[in-house]
Amino acid sequence: MVAWKIGGEQGEGIDSTGDVLSTVLSRMGYFVYGYKLFSSRIKGGHTTYKVRIASRPVEAATEVSDILVALNQETINQHAFELNGGLLLADSAFHPVMPDRVSATLVTLPLTQIAKTHGSVVMRNMVSVGASVALLNLSPDPFLDYVEAKFSRKGASIVTANQEAVMDGYNRVRDEYAGISQLTLGRPVTGDRLVLTGNDALALGAIAGGCRLMCGYPITPATDIMEALSKWLPLVGGTVVQMEDELASMSACIGAGYAGVRAMTATSGPGFSLMQEGLGLAGMAEIPVVVVDTQRSGPSTGMPTKQEQSDLMAMINGGHGDGPRVVLAPSSLEESFEDGWQAFNVADQLQTPVVIATDLSLALWSQSIDRDKLDGPRVAIERGPLVSADELGQRGQEVFHRYAITNDGISPRTLPGTINGQYLATGVEHQPSGKVSEDPTNRARMMEKRLAKLALIHSLRQSIKWEGPQNPDLVLLAIGSTVGAIREAQSVLLGEGHSVAISWLRTLSPFPIEEFTKRVAGAGHVLVVEQNATAQLAQLMRAQGVWDAHRFDSLLKYDGVQFFPSEIVDGAHPFLATYAEVQ
Amino acid sequence: MATLQDFKTSEKSWWCPGCGDFGVLAAMQKALVAVGAEPSTTAIVAGIGCSGKLGNYINSYNIHVTHGRTLPAAMGIKLANRDLLVLAAGGDGDAYAIGMGHFMHALRRNVNVTYIVMDNHVYGLTKGQASPTSESGFQTKTTPNGSIDRPVHPLMLAVSGGATFVAQGFSSWQPQLARLIQQGIEHPGFALINVISPCVTYNKVNTYDWYKKTLVNLDDDSTYDAHTRSTALARLDATEELVTGLIYQEESVPYEDQVPGFRNTALVNQDWQVDDKTWNTIMASLE
Ligand SMILES: Cc1ncc(C[n+]2csc(CCOP(=O)(O)OP(=O)(O)O)c2C)c(N)n1
Ligand code: SF4
Repeated sequence: MVAWKIGGEQGEGIDSTGDVLSTVLSRMGYFVYGYKLFSSRIKGGHTTYKVRIASRPVEAATEVSDILVALNQETINQHAFELNGGLLLADSAFHPVMPDRVSATLVTLPLTQIAKTHGSVVMRNMVSVGASVALLNLSPDPFLDYVEAKFSRKGASIVTANQEAVMDGYNRVRDEYAGISQLTLGRPVTGDRLVLTGNDALALGAIAGGCRLMCGYPITPATDIMEALSKWLPLVGGTVVQMEDELASMSACIGAGYAGVRAMTATSGPGFSLMQEGLGLAGMAEIPVVVVDTQRSGPSTGMPTKQEQSDLMAMINGGHGDGPRVVLAPSSLEESFEDGWQAFNVADQLQTPVVIATDLSLALWSQSIDRDKLDGPRVAIERGPLVSADELGQRGQEVFHRYAITNDGISPRTLPGTINGQYLATGVEHQPSGKVSEDPTNRARMMEKRLAKLALIHSLRQSIKWEGPQNPDLVLLAIGSTVGAIREAQSVLLGEGHSVAISWLRTLSPFPIEEFTKRVAGAGHVLVVEQNATAQLAQLMRAQGVWDAHRFDSLLKYDGVQFFPSEIVDGAHPFLATYAEVQ
Repeated sequence: MATLQDFKTSEKSWWCPGCGDFGVLAAMQKALVAVGAEPSTTAIVAGIGCSGKLGNYINSYNIHVTHGRTLPAAMGIKLANRDLLVLAAGGDGDAYAIGMGHFMHALRRNVNVTYIVMDNHVYGLTKGQASPTSESGFQTKTTPNGSIDRPVHPLMLAVSGGATFVAQGFSSWQPQLARLIQQGIEHPGFALINVISPCVTYNKVNTYDWYKKTLVNLDDDSTYDAHTRSTALARLDATEELVTGLIYQEESVPYEDQVPGFRNTALVNQDWQVDDKTWNTIMASLE
């Protein structure tokens, strides 16, 4: 496993350097995990892009780096301490100075100057790629092939210039710093993989799951979903509508859901707050709709480009009244894809709003995924109970009872256009016929119906995942992008000889009480790892009565930086120490 | 062919006797019959307010949304199923206070939806506060010394905001109102019909008599040209919007006819399973 990082000013080609490296390494058979430090501004400002490269899947960040490519002194000042004996490749243009107490081998090359000799300072990214490839002790050939494919449309001279820039960077390291790097990546693993973000995977899932309308309002880190769907929906006859705000986005999706089309919106905290009233309406009128909340640091504008998982309460309980809804939580690319399509089935089958709880790190950071895990055409589309005009005729009812009381709480619905299926869908309390009513008996039955049906979610999908020993000393429990970090922490702890399992929730609401209780019964300790200041996941467990104060503890982080596996390892040690003594 | 009776429900009315909303409902039902609509292919979105109760009394697919959000919901329905005839209805508070943002954007988006605002210059359901169309000086419990705010001018806003169809009717003048709603439905794009619908309980200023005295009927003016924006604006300005009739209409191609890749078959009736070829195209864009 190698961690490579590049730093400089936003807009200086940092992203393209990281993208080229991850794409080609992934094609070569390595697993990559790429993530960035960025801020809410467009040009300028310090930025970094880090890529972890390994011959097994990677899905977490790390605080150490093996290679740091510095395009300015600020990068060295801020990040060289991560190097711990690693390699610092710096552009000699800014006369790099190594701070005290940093242990690293300095490799200076005139990156900017070399780029200029090939035509433009823009090619510094290719020079940096070439030099990095040499430091990784890899062959430059796959990178040259990539450059050829990427630039062939722009003409042979552009291809050659870029290839020469790569080779120049590569050769300068090999010639001037021969033998300086001992880094090895291990054997690549053959496979057909793509490098995607969680947002990409979720949008793909939505398309596969029959979503045909996306109404949204741009917000970091959700905008990519809207942008991806803007490209893809027209290919399947659908469309994206950029609305005037999130109130409109939510209401438009409700309209479409009422009319029988699979519609979604995607937002982050501030927009999600605006959607609460609409979520209540969808719950009350039993209208299927899918809302993605890619959480970021709150409250208010908070830190728009920083990681957090602090909307759990808003997603589960937000808004007024006892609003029925389902909250799903993907933790990986595969699960983002899966929830992307399954959410629409669940929404149709349970006739209720479904919220997908993702977070900034899961949404934005790129990872390798096997292409065959994204089999869109084979996804099952389940519509839930619909009533046709013929069936209506057979029922012989004068008015269609859209909200009929049934055993499981799900009442078959008609879609507008169905003859004799007219009904009123309203956020006002109503009778089975849809007519408004404030009758106490009816009110209680309707509340119970809308809440009871939610439990069916646990029969539609597995709500808890588990990896590792069945009765471990310690379970690390998380959701979203934190699952990647607990998995890596687990492998460290297992390596140390500890008995550790990991578990994650796929459904946050309704909470899978029974399944959860059974699952953790045999575990010594449960450490709930989450990224917020008020332990929202732990609070949820307390409210659900599954929190055992003797065995459960929280590990929290709320500084905007995603969990490093090492922090979880450190957090776990005190709990494991007691078992070590007993043994 | 559906009849007036087909568009009625058995629900007893909740409105105060004499409320203008009765006339709006009746004219809508007449217009639906006149355009040959069927209850099963008509979808009506109603807002919150006395006016929003309308959906209870009209037999069609009805959705009663949150306060102020009728227009985005109506857009969602129309894009989901373009075969439906989609109407939205609500009060002046619903339209021009809490829903004002959506109103302005619905004008410029021009989805084929007919919007009927039941304008009584007051908040009915919350028992008589000032509304955005209340005149300055209007006294209510929340404006005991008279409203200081100046009223919005929804018709001028609509004409200048990009509307392709703007009309105003009066709930007492049934034939004209029904005809305007019919024209709005037949217009291929967003149609605003602001309807003067007096509140007999909370508005003792803008009464039926007051309107009958002040409203100017554009139908009586054969020189009026409803196809020129500047003429429409000038007339609205000169009359302080106290006119009825077709105010402005222009050639219009609705939003849904302009969406790239949008098909004639309604979204809801399409096969949603992605085929391999399309999927591969999508996946290729991620390389
Ligand atoms: C978000 C929200 N705020 C406030 C209300 C309370 N409310 C109900 S109807 C209404 C105003 C009604 O006035 P208008 O839209 O003019 O309709 P009318 O009753 O006059 O027909 C208000 C403020 C509400 N239902 N929802
Ligand atoms: S309060 Fe006014 S608007 Fe409401 S029903 Fe009575 S008359 Fe009509």
